[in-house]
Amino acid sequence: MGLAAKLVAQRVALGLLLLFLVSILIFAGTLILPGDVAQSILGQSATPEALANMRRDLGLNEPAVTRYFSWLGGVLHGDLGTALTNGRDIAESLGKRLSNTLFLAFWAALLAVPLAIFLGLLAVRYRDRWPDKLISGVTLASISIPEFLIGYVLMYFIGVKLGWAPTVASVYDGMSLGAKLHAIALPVAVLTLVVLAHMMRMTRAAILNVMQSAYVETAELKGLRMFKIIWRHALPNAIAPIVNVVMLNLAYLVVGVVVVEVVFTYPGMGQYLVDHVSKRDIPVVQACGMIFAAVYIGLNMIADIVSILTNPRLRHPK
Amino acid sequence: MIRNIPLAALIGLFFTALYFIVAIFAQWIAPYGMAEIVSNVPWESPSAEHWLGTDNIGRDLLTRMIYGGQVTIFIATAATILSFVTGSVLGFFAAVMGGWVDQAMSRFVDLVMSIPSLILALVILSVTPVTVGVLVVIMGLLDSTRVYRLARAVAVDVNVMEYVEAAKLRGEGQGWIIFREILPNALSPLVAEMGMRFIFMVLFISTLSFLGLGVQPPLADWGGIVKENKDGIVYGIGAALYPAVAIATLAISVNLVADWVLNRTTSLKGGRG
Repeated sequence: MGLAAKLVAQRVALGLLLLFLVSILIFAGTLILPGDVAQSILGQSATPEALANMRRDLGLNEPAVTRYFSWLGGVLHGDLGTALTNGRDIAESLGKRLSNTLFLAFWAALLAVPLAIFLGLLAVRYRDRWPDKLISGVTLASISIPEFLIGYVLMYFIGVKLGWAPTVASVYDGMSLGAKLHAIALPVAVLTLVVLAHMMRMTRAAILNVMQSAYVETAELKGLRMFKIIWRHALPNAIAPIVNVVMLNLAYLVVGVVVVEVVFTYPGMGQYLVDHVSKRDIPVVQACGMIFAAVYIGLNMIADIVSILTNPRLRHPK
Repeated sequence: MIRNIPLAALIGLFFTALYFIVAIFAQWIAPYGMAEIVSNVPWESPSAEHWLGTDNIGRDLLTRMIYGGQVTIFIATAATILSFVTGSVLGFFAAVMGGWVDQAMSRFVDLVMSIPSLILALVILSVTPVTVGVLVVIMGLLDSTRVYRLARAVAVDVNVMEYVEAAKLRGEGQGWIIFREILPNALSPLVAEMGMRFIFMVLFISTLSFLGLGVQPPLADWGGIVKENKDGIVYGIGAALYPAVAIATLAISVNLVADWVLNRTTSLKGGRG
């Protein structure tokens, strides 16, 4: 266990370092303009007093490094600052939205992951026959289509023409779970479709890779049925790559959420971020960017840790 | 020659060429002016004068689509070229230099790639003015990290070949090594990747415009047209679906061509491993 523990510790340390560097990058991203940020927020017609006030509010009179550390210190204490547009505490407005976003992503993942693994197995079972070809054709198509198109197509046909699900996913406190699930049916369907294709394709590749090994041939020669070989012999050995794929796609889901939330006007983080980018509310954008990046990096880190822990060669070193 | 091209690639080539021709000659093909209001009824149904009907404020939708395609394809092409030139030159440079230069550049690229590009683009767009030029630069530079990785990986392999060794012994400079020795031998995997990057750019600019942070009105690209007409969906008006279909068909056709190029170049190199 010693080697694996050491690798995991290294990976966690790397993740934390990455997070620190990313915070610098996100902070620097808003300093990218050579000119004055206050001017670009208020526009050319701003009065000198308004500009001076904006500079004071943003703390622009201090050097960038000082501002960065006071921002970082606040973030580490859970203080994300106040929004420029309405003066509210960002952490407070974010809390509810973050849980809404996670709620949406959770149900999408719950639906997409088992479905992708099952379809991946099916594609391997019927390799090079019509189910496999159909699945890879649909995969190619859905990778080429932007999320918002899938969103509007579903909204148009299922929401409007058939009237099966609401076209606006509004959720609020005190809604029953069933009502909430009904409200988010379409966004969940879109997110599922978005990640399904990719996840399925990589599951298929992972299992096919294992299928070429000698013990699978032995199982075949023993006369086991195809599905049993895949289920009992190939799948357990493909778990590490599959978990990896699942985590990478969950990370992708977090980004897909931004667009899907705007399509369905869902009160989550993504919509909050997009709204405030166009209002040039920098503290909010930095806070949201940091949270999205942290979730993304965290999921990638978990993927790596799982693949370290499920690798028997690392668990039982010689 | 044409017989050797598989059907899927032919279809892809046909539609890709069609989209590019329409984009280049938009000004002559479009039946009406880009911002010309031709009807006082929003979302008029398709008719002989307006093949796709009209949009949310009564402009001819087919005209908007043609001009939108021009903007989308222009931005995506420009960003792809920027991404390729920056990414591959820096990637080759890192591979040729090696050592700490390579380490520093590669770790920086890893860092940028550890944040989803959409999120990073949104953070940057919150302070920059949103113009076509700025969009091309942001998209191109963010995407050049992907090209950098590929270019560096290919160049590291080429860099240890005998002919590169010979050129170095001849006393050629870095510029010669990069452009005359490595570039010609790394071109085919890079060209195959170009199709994928182009699609990614089309999706990227459409997404940004759809979110209202890309191309600004009165100019419109396909993503912007979706945004303008999305309110019609709830009333059962499908105007917003046309640009979405255009994006999807363009992406699929380019994908089919890229797949074919990739297969051809890899099968050519098959024996060499």
